Amino acid sequence: MKIDRRKLIKSLFALTATLAFPRLLFAARPDKAFEATSADQAIADLLGATPVDSDKVKMKIPDIAENGAVVPVTISTELENVESISVVVDNNPTPLAASFDMSPKTVPNISVRIKMGQSSMVRAIVKADGNLYSTAKEVKVTIGGCGG
Amino acid sequence: MGKPIKIRAKLKGDVAEVKALMPHDMESGLRRNPETDELVPAHYITEVSVEHNGEAVMQAFWGPAVSKNPYVAFSIKGAASGDVIKIRWSDNNGDTSETETALK
Repeated sequence: MKIDRRKLIKSLFALTATLAFPRLLFAARPDKAFEATSADQAIADLLGATPVDSDKVKMKIPDIAENGAVVPVTISTELENVESISVVVDNNPTPLAASFDMSPKTVPNISVRIKMGQSSMVRAIVKADGNLYSTAKEVKVTIGGCGG
Repeated sequence: MGKPIKIRAKLKGDVAEVKALMPHDMESGLRRNPETDELVPAHYITEVSVEHNGEAVMQAFWGPAVSKNPYVAFSIKGAASGDVIKIRWSDNNGDTSETETALK
């Protein structure tokens, strides 16, 4: 019994110490957002609000994607205190493609390759200082990337 | 255990530019096997975590719309030679893979 109590106090101490400093804590995967079948629903499920269009969010993505299975996208922003960067493909069966939670040490510049089933609007959403900012681009797809 | 992650990390001043390639089928579950016409089961990376010297610096959640053999690039500030970057992924089947590299 004595040992259990000591262990408990030690772990509570460690937990308090880790929570004392602002840092990235591993969160649970937002499964519901990944199952949403509309872009608006996915964004609402993931981020809880509607983003404001902003020229401070930059998205580099081809105007025409020859191969919808591999569409390179780079999202960057000059906004500070970026908490997350997310990518949504409106016309995909489930629009939320990816979401990146950042720490203060992560440069807000992410590159990833995504699948697009057909031509679609692609959205990049940045959460910074608790606010949501986004940019969107229409991408034409020659050969769809969902294998259908 | 999933296939190892290929990491290329370059130090530019105190910023570590990291490029990672993760061999993985990233099956959406919507594709049909052309020979059997059966749906290929969904098998895709659901979560990626990045640590810098043991400290969590990024956590990504992915869906099946991330391309096969995912490539991702990102940068970490406050890095120095000898620092360790560790990347770990887990998928919807419970498979995982973890690779680390030291910055030169």
